[in-house]
Amino acid sequence: MIRAAVVFLAAVCALPAGAQDAKKEIERYQRMVSEGSPVELFEIGGEELWKKPAGPRNVSLEKCDLGLGPGVLKGAYARLPRYFADTDRVMDLETRLVHCMTTLQGRSLQDATRRVFGNEDRPSELEYLSAYIAAQSRGVKMAPGTRHPKEQAALELGRALFFHRAGPWDFSCASCHGEPDRRIRMQELPVLYEPRYARAVVATWPAYRVSNSQLKTMQWRLNDCYRQMRMPEPTFGSEATVALNLFLAATGQGEPYRGPGTKR
Amino acid sequence: MSRLLLLLALAAPIAFADSEIQVEQVLKRDFHPRGQAGMDRIPQDGLQRVCTEARDRPPQALARTLEADQQKTLVIPEGSLMGDWKRGERLAQSGQGMTWNDKPGNAGGSCYNCHELSPKELSFGTIGPSLRGFGRKRGSGADAQRYVYSKIYNAKAFSACSQMPRFGTSGTLTAEQIKDLVALLLDPSSPVNQ
Repeated sequence: MIRAAVVFLAAVCALPAGAQDAKKEIERYQRMVSEGSPVELFEIGGEELWKKPAGPRNVSLEKCDLGLGPGVLKGAYARLPRYFADTDRVMDLETRLVHCMTTLQGRSLQDATRRVFGNEDRPSELEYLSAYIAAQSRGVKMAPGTRHPKEQAALELGRALFFHRAGPWDFSCASCHGEPDRRIRMQELPVLYEPRYARAVVATWPAYRVSNSQLKTMQWRLNDCYRQMRMPEPTFGSEATVALNLFLAATGQGEPYRGPGTKR
Repeated sequence: MSRLLLLLALAAPIAFADSEIQVEQVLKRDFHPRGQAGMDRIPQDGLQRVCTEARDRPPQALARTLEADQQKTLVIPEGSLMGDWKRGERLAQSGQGMTWNDKPGNAGGSCYNCHELSPKELSFGTIGPSLRGFGRKRGSGADAQRYVYSKIYNAKAFSACSQMPRFGTSGTLTAEQIKDLVALLLDPSSPVNQ
């Protein structure tokens, strides 16, 4: 089904029609794929992983505290990233999950971060878990942590990173996400420092990405942006990545969560 | 009055400079080299720093100074700059090169990512202006060739905080490749000019 959809998209792009017609076709295609999206399968897989005993201590993640108390999932994703007193740092969903894997399950950091991004044949456990946990915030307004001094510092760092131009091609995030009504090829680009554009984005990640046949996390999204910016690789879960993630989430706050979404 | 404005404009980047240095330290700490994308890509050059601090809108006097500075980086071959538009079209289509999972070399120009060029290609980006029919408007003489070659080699020599990469200065494209892109834009038989 998904492969057929990709072939369909390729056919659409090759049509000798005007750009407006192409845009309509792509919107039709987007509706079609979201109706057949396998997001639910990832949610089910994530629930299994959440409840499955693992690691040297052979315990599940069910006691993991995502900010609203041990094991509380309802609405937890909508409050992330946020400051955690037990680690004295701001964490996003993926970094917090890794924290729970090391502290609750007794896994080494190396083991817990061995496969932070999966592939089509073998998704990462973080991708399954993100889908499951984010889904428990559906309908809850996005409200990441912005009051604690460390949250405010992260927000400022995230904003500075967003506009920071560097690398051989001189790109910042704003090079692509800085002005309205811009595209790369046929892909429309949201202006991510403006709430009216950021809200829809924040409310739909993590997301199933048809072009990769994979469920992708925000950490992956940021990682792949920096790859295309021709920069070195951001380290998974680093302060910089969480700060940028918080800046985006805070810019898009207030939108009811309606993910995990489906992207091109 | 205008003197005061100029002074303020020149002082503004200095006030921001500390935060940019902090960001760079964070990048050095939180990023790691991968493939050809080494940590030597982290430090900003002067142009990147000023553009970051000015949010890509530097005061005019400063912009002119930066552009004059970038003009000095231009290396323009002698003779005709018109290559082969067919090879240019392939380069314009390719969005590859310079990322951590690309092999060094073999970079494309990523032109269609941001520009409309040949009317046959409907999947084009809009971050840059449409270049359809560019040669019909500009002609294909020596001056036009020189301008297009220079613009691709270092876009910042013409617009200080342009979002377009400096394809020559950064070592992304070779002189031969840039000539092929000049032909794609200017050659009367190129699809761009049909």
